[in-house]
Amino acid sequence: MNDLTWIDAAVRSARPQAIGALVRYFRDLDRAEEAFQEACLRALKNWPVNGPPRDPAAWLILVGRNAGLDETRRSSKSEPLPADDKISDLGDAETDLAERLDNSHYRDDVLRLLFICCHPDLPAVQQIALALRIVSGLSVKEIARAFLVSESAMEQRITRAKSRVARSDVPFETPGAAERTERLAVVAAMLYLLFNEGYSASGGEQHVRTPLCDEAIRLSRLLLGLFAGEPEIMGLTALLLLQHARTPARLDADGAIILLEDQDRALWNRDMIAEGEALLDKARRHRRPGAYQMQAAIAAVHARAPRPEDTDWLEIDRLYASLEQLMPSPVVTLNRAVAVSKTQGAEAALAMIEPLAEPLGGYFHFFGLKGGLLMQLGRDEEAREAFDRAIALAHTPAEAAHIRLHLDRLMRDSQPPSKSLTSVSE
Amino acid sequence: MLYAFLCCHDEAIVNSWSKDEDDAVLAKRALVTDKLAAKGKLGPAVRLMPTTAATTVRMGREPVVLDGPFAETKEAFLGFYLIDCDSLEEAVDLAKQIGRDEKVVFEIRPVRLYLPKGKAS
Repeated sequence: MNDLTWIDAAVRSARPQAIGALVRYFRDLDRAEEAFQEACLRALKNWPVNGPPRDPAAWLILVGRNAGLDETRRSSKSEPLPADDKISDLGDAETDLAERLDNSHYRDDVLRLLFICCHPDLPAVQQIALALRIVSGLSVKEIARAFLVSESAMEQRITRAKSRVARSDVPFETPGAAERTERLAVVAAMLYLLFNEGYSASGGEQHVRTPLCDEAIRLSRLLLGLFAGEPEIMGLTALLLLQHARTPARLDADGAIILLEDQDRALWNRDMIAEGEALLDKARRHRRPGAYQMQAAIAAVHARAPRPEDTDWLEIDRLYASLEQLMPSPVVTLNRAVAVSKTQGAEAALAMIEPLAEPLGGYFHFFGLKGGLLMQLGRDEEAREAFDRAIALAHTPAEAAHIRLHLDRLMRDSQPPSKSLTSVSE
Repeated sequence: MLYAFLCCHDEAIVNSWSKDEDDAVLAKRALVTDKLAAKGKLGPAVRLMPTTAATTVRMGREPVVLDGPFAETKEAFLGFYLIDCDSLEEAVDLAKQIGRDEKVVFEIRPVRLYLPKGKAS
């Protein structure tokens, strides 16, 4: 790894903490970003000559803050200037700053920065785009590519989102415990959205966008490193890892969806599964169950089964039942119905999802599952109807193509297939 | 003498590597460690999960169980090699070879007791 690659990695990994601290100093997103940019330019010149600093984040914060102050000095002569010796003696100040950074401040800096991106007025996609731009430092071009929109459209979206959050007033004081917990929950939800945007794209040609998943995992790990004792952040990180572990097996060479039960489990990433299980174990010790922990536990049951027929569907049913209690939602019930179809048969599952027709009337997976269950029961005509609806609601060509496979099969033989052909999860 | 090479690395950076970058580092290291293994000088090598997976048990009057690593530092202990070296000089030289082009830190510690199966004999 040469110097430039290393500097690139160091700057990238220091970014959330550095921008978070600079936002606290300047109380302004744009100024913080400009100051960070300037610090990065100086790092590129300075580090190859003087060697890398022990703490790149502390270095970037200090240099960025000085650069920002210089800028202030230039633009408004009237403002009182900080004494030079306080800001320019980098050597000593770095140690000093590094020490101060080790205390709790920067945890809340990073959390605040993520939280600012989650402004409730912003649609989910804009929250994610903003976080990718500001916290992760992806270029507008990269984000535009991930969302499959033009660069100028994404530029516009991010600018609009930024001006919206600039008018928000997230307090800069250290948050209290309750406030912190609330911020963590909001940020966790955004990271999960970011992951899902990559895992099952909401639109466009591509069904899986791995870089978004990788970034969600990186940010989730970062958050867990800062808030090490939070079982739901352990659960979230475990959930992302356990789901992402399946990515290499989820699509075939032509980009068609392969269902969980048809996936080549040898392709699952064992490292990610092991880490997910380890985090889940840690979370259980706290005896504070939560939605992410439960969903991670469900993913872990799948990960543990060497073959699909080894899946402990009773355990999955039980976990979904707990999740339903904790977080009642038609989507959760729909997922539970998949487990019920395995343990009690298609008839019972169909009865279970019947009341969901109303709330999930526009949901691709509802009609996919419904069609599959009807097909198992040999009710081909109704199955075909459900599949037609599903295709109309598909978000990606891969989703539509997958349902078309079922339809083709229905056309080919009128006999009900021996095994179920669809499930909500992949 | 058997030496432990404790690999300490800035974890935020290691976590931000893409799979390709990670693979490249391991492949580069294998150029050195495979040779050592062929000579029968390489003992077990371990790569640890991220420190977010760590739990710390601090014994006192009451044992305290804490989430996270023992020390929250930039450079975390991420794994180790055990290598049979003729001298400290050789150990230092090997560390330089294994870590070539990386910003990794190796702490080299002579091994006092080595029980590959966990018990003597």
